[in-house]
Amino acid sequence: MTDDDGAAVIDKDGMDALVAVLAARGRTVIGPTVRDGAIVLAEISGGAELPYGWGVELEAGTYRLAAREDGAAFAHSAGPQSWKTFLHPPRAREWSADRTADGGLVTTPDATPPPSYAFLGVRPCDLRAIAVQDRVLTGGRHADRGYRGRRAGAFLVAVECTEPGATCFCVSMGTGPAVGPGYDLALTEVLDADGHRFLVRAGSEEGEAVLAELPSRAADTATRTAARDRVAAAADRMGRSMPPVDLQGLMRETLNAERWDDVTARCLTCGNCTMVCPTCFCTTAEDITDLTGDHAERWRRWESCFDRDFTHLPGGPVRDSPRSRYRQWATHKLGTWYDQFGSSGCVGCGRCIVWCPVGIDITEEAHALNRERASGAGEGAG
Amino acid sequence: MHTDTNPRPKLAVWKFASCDGCQLTLLDCEDELLGIADKIDVSHFLEASSAVAPGPYDLSLVEGSVTTPQDAERIRHVRAVSRRLVTIGACATAGGVQALRNYADVAEFQAAVYARPDYVATLATSTPISAHVPVDFELRGCPIDRRQLVEVITAHLAGRTPDVPRHSVCFECKRRGTTCVTVALGTPCLGPVTHAGCGAICPSYGRGCYGCFGPSNSTNFPSFVPLLRRDGMDTLDVVRVLRTFNTAAEEFDAVSRAEDEQR
Repeated sequence: MTDDDGAAVIDKDGMDALVAVLAARGRTVIGPTVRDGAIVLAEISGGAELPYGWGVELEAGTYRLAAREDGAAFAHSAGPQSWKTFLHPPRAREWSADRTADGGLVTTPDATPPPSYAFLGVRPCDLRAIAVQDRVLTGGRHADRGYRGRRAGAFLVAVECTEPGATCFCVSMGTGPAVGPGYDLALTEVLDADGHRFLVRAGSEEGEAVLAELPSRAADTATRTAARDRVAAAADRMGRSMPPVDLQGLMRETLNAERWDDVTARCLTCGNCTMVCPTCFCTTAEDITDLTGDHAERWRRWESCFDRDFTHLPGGPVRDSPRSRYRQWATHKLGTWYDQFGSSGCVGCGRCIVWCPVGIDITEEAHALNRERASGAGEGAG
Repeated sequence: MHTDTNPRPKLAVWKFASCDGCQLTLLDCEDELLGIADKIDVSHFLEASSAVAPGPYDLSLVEGSVTTPQDAERIRHVRAVSRRLVTIGACATAGGVQALRNYADVAEFQAAVYARPDYVATLATSTPISAHVPVDFELRGCPIDRRQLVEVITAHLAGRTPDVPRHSVCFECKRRGTTCVTVALGTPCLGPVTHAGCGAICPSYGRGCYGCFGPSNSTNFPSFVPLLRRDGMDTLDVVRVLRTFNTAAEEFDAVSRAEDEQR
């Protein structure tokens, strides 16, 4: 970080101004806020709605809000939702069809204008998750127009991670705690004897324009150093880690491992892990007809590979056993995602660990598979 | 697809042992009710009208469970006069809360409740419709969900399969954006083993699901029951939470019996 990078420092009033400036630019500002015993992502109308003074205590299958004396706004790790709730919403209309007077049929693609979002508080792991979904949903020949519209209009304010949770493992997935590319603004929260402030850098022209509208001062060396140190310290406080091996190869070589039976005994196949995962993208088509039969609509809704009917074909579900469903999810996320999309499907946010009611830990499963492979068991293709 | 040149399909609604709540869901359709009445000839629906048209009926909605020898015969008649038979609600689909009798001595109940128990002719068990006749589709819930009922009727009119997912309530909870009450609050919740359909109402009000739609199509009770215990339920609590409207549903029944033996 050089001194001529345009970095600035804002205080809490600058954060208030940031929310106001983004809203004044016609954007719906989504940020973390405390609701229903969690730090959720929701529309906020002012900086005061940020979770100042709240952190979280996480473990596998457990999430608890915890008050913080330091008053930090971003000293929490991933919550119950991710940004996919907004970019790739749980339910969206794709088209509607109407019967015409002469008995024909007219189909109309959904033309709902995409919302113009500003996401405040995108953690580095989630910034990577957005990039992963960009590749999945718009990177191929059949781009998702709805996603593209929502994504193209989204302004991303990343916030570097200074307080990882016990279920975080972004370091071993190479996604954090320092911010990667793709942001409009990147913030680092600093709290020390010099006050509560945020180091801000712009990553786009619009980011520069927004920053110029905020009450700020040029970044001083002390703030830069403090920010760098806090992010570096966060890297050393990851609660979890993946085994330091080629995970794609590990998945490929352990398809018959006994560990899959072990995890299947615990898995509820409830689908929570896929719903909270910031990269899981599967949907199903929902066809609606009205009572007259003259109007029909196709909607798309989140679906999950843990749904027994997800692979339903005329002969029945392809992945009928819970074992085949858990294995499909894990091997896709950590392995075959590389073949399909050129990257890992896991960004190390830890949501699947926290929000699994029975606390199944994908890092623990990977370690167990790695140990089983090392012991010579479970080899061979499935 | 029924066009104007064809007669409207005939609908019949039947009541067996039940509280009438699921039939009322049909009357509660409000906005859709006139449309339904326009497209369907409501031929037999005593809850709504004493005017009864003779069968056969294209679509029969059956509420309630079989608890008497007479009803065990009557359901055969209903099946015989129905092209498509859809059960509505926990009673018709799983035996209802009255299936608690399956765990008790009915003669003892009768003696305690009625002055003249010899006037009462009843079976020792409450059983779902599917235990007596073939059923074409089962709609879950206590009571059923209004939108799902309309979906079943519109799908029937359009000649398509109704979109009624059989996965867990967790899917609906997450789609709705509700924070998990088990993970965030330590509240016991049957959502992970319960059939979707209600739209995950209870967790959205901060309480746990109590399983009124019965078991999902993919349950894992050996892993799930310890979770209820972790969140404060003892064996009696576990038995009780499973012995409600869907107590006789196969999975709930097996687990509650196994738990009950540990008491």
